[in-house]
Amino acid sequence: MGASAETLTGKPAPGGKGQVRTFFRRLRNGDEIAHIFTLVFALTILLLACLLVYELYAHSAVSRHKFGWSFLLSRSWDPVLERFGALPFIYGTIVTSVIALLIAVPLGVGGAIFLAEFAPTKMSDGLTFIVELLAAVPSVIFGLLGIFIIIPIMRESVDPFLQSHFGWLPLFQGPVYGVGFLTAGVVLSIMIVPFILSISREVLLAVPAEQREAALALGATRWESTWQAVVPYARVGILGSIFLALARALGETMAVTMVIGGTPSISSSLFAPGYSIASVIADQFTEATGQAYLQSLIELGLALFVLTIILNGLARLLILATTKRGTAH
Amino acid sequence: MRSLNRKRFAALAFAVSAAFAVVSCSHAPSGNEAGSSSGSPVLINVAGSTFGYPIYSKWFDVYHQQHANVELNYGSIGSGGGIEQTRSGTVDFGASDMPLNDQLLSTFKTKIVQFTTVMGATVPMYNIPGVTAELKFTPKALADIYLGKVTRWNDPAIAGVNPGVKLPAGKIVPVHRSDSSGTTFVWTDYLSKVSPQWKAKVGSNTAVNWPVGLGGKGSEGVSGLVEQTPYSIGYVELIYALQNHILYGTVENSSGKFIKATLDSVTAAAAGAAAQMQNDVRISITNAPGEDAYPISCFTYYLVPATFSDAAKGTIIKDFLHWMLTDGQQYAAPLGYAPLPQAVVNINLSLLSQLQ
Repeated sequence: MGASAETLTGKPAPGGKGQVRTFFRRLRNGDEIAHIFTLVFALTILLLACLLVYELYAHSAVSRHKFGWSFLLSRSWDPVLERFGALPFIYGTIVTSVIALLIAVPLGVGGAIFLAEFAPTKMSDGLTFIVELLAAVPSVIFGLLGIFIIIPIMRESVDPFLQSHFGWLPLFQGPVYGVGFLTAGVVLSIMIVPFILSISREVLLAVPAEQREAALALGATRWESTWQAVVPYARVGILGSIFLALARALGETMAVTMVIGGTPSISSSLFAPGYSIASVIADQFTEATGQAYLQSLIELGLALFVLTIILNGLARLLILATTKRGTAH
Repeated sequence: MRSLNRKRFAALAFAVSAAFAVVSCSHAPSGNEAGSSSGSPVLINVAGSTFGYPIYSKWFDVYHQQHANVELNYGSIGSGGGIEQTRSGTVDFGASDMPLNDQLLSTFKTKIVQFTTVMGATVPMYNIPGVTAELKFTPKALADIYLGKVTRWNDPAIAGVNPGVKLPAGKIVPVHRSDSSGTTFVWTDYLSKVSPQWKAKVGSNTAVNWPVGLGGKGSEGVSGLVEQTPYSIGYVELIYALQNHILYGTVENSSGKFIKATLDSVTAAAAGAAAQMQNDVRISITNAPGEDAYPISCFTYYLVPATFSDAAKGTIIKDFLHWMLTDGQQYAAPLGYAPLPQAVVNINLSLLSQLQ
């Protein structure tokens, strides 16, 4: 306070007037304006995120007080007795997302490598266009696709096949309905493949040609140069696309709701019907009666937010770890 | 030239950012200017039950044709939303599949008068390979199927009352609504009445903790799952079954007769229960008395505040309710709703005097 008063009233600090003049010059040049604008936009996004968390937090007060931390660990979801727990939904959200990633990552990254490195440019552009169209399809369409095409295929072919060949695993035991964790994961994987493929392809295309040429010059085959020189170079971008896809899978609502089976259960079998956080909110929010019921659904939204933050944090750690290893080469 | 453009751009940018700041700082003007001065059109906002949406929009449309200056809007947001918005007063009146009980009513600041509008029913549908006959269900069989106690289609509980039908031993897959809905409320309300064990173990609500089975989203989700899953059983609204030509079973009523759900048998259920209504329409008509009453029937409701700050609006709403209960009932049946029986209409008409 004293210092600023001194600069305002006391000796005209040498930098003071100059700084003001610089500020105005920069203002006229547009630098300051761009600075202010982008700052406002950035703060707006931050504010929106904070507001979202605050709203979720404030509107789940009844549920938080009634259930406390046991909300996260309880397996019961009983609207009649007003006993609510989040564990089956958290489990379902993670399991379906993991299944989706297990299918979509090899498919998406493999496809991207082919399109960026091996396919003729025209074919690559054409295929990418079609794949990107997939990303624009509304999720309810994927849900319908799931109900009418994927569920019958899963029930009649895929699930029985898995059961007869890998039935010794607890993952593939129990009755087959067609709906359930596995089907939801498969539908999700179709939805997130475009993200992985499209972004990974862009990243691979951005790898400098010298990278390939150097590897080829050292006597590497085409595939060796791709796998050992190009892909590691693009690794961070590819991982980024996978995490974007993961975020999308965690929050996907409509398509999952339509094929997951709508049963809050935790089962080791992937054939069993389950539930995800986003689905139960979409399903039950409109007709939820009573404060505890409604607020438990809002608290589930908060749980999903936190889950996403945790998984994103882990993703960043993973990127950090692999980047360090990369530089050590 | 170049610097001039820059200056212009800067000025423009300032103007835009200033406008931005003003907008983000000031509150949106909270307008309550929709007062109904005579002559200008009166807008009445209603929101709630999705079940009632087709008939409500039909009524609003016909009423608007007869009264050009009155416009009614319906937001098909679900019963829970309808109750909330009635409570907060953001709509003129609400619509709900569940009546408000006294405990809920005590949370309202204003007095609410509840009217029944039309009726619906919930029917059991099934998919048993090789069986195309109309199956008969006893109340106990339905409850025990959804409790997971009756697990095969050839169980005596089902086969015993269906002597002519050859039922396979397939394992029953019960399907329920995964979303919370009035349909589930009626279904579980019925099961709670006919099965003490259901009442003790599960109870009734718009969504419950189902002991067994799969969940499908919406009527289309349930019917889709049932049609695709061999040996499954599910429940849907009568109106949905009629519109989609779904085969559904008959259910034994309180008189021991197996009744197929039709508009007539649903109306009969309300007539049977009308005797219990004494100036209060909030009674459940599941398992209602009456020879021809279909046992899984229900009303759907309007929740109307007893007093209106705008007297003209109050008069119009009162007139609309009167019309809906009398002339309006003829539009119900073509849309698949059962109209109210005369006895119930009379009780509702007497409730109109409670509106000021």
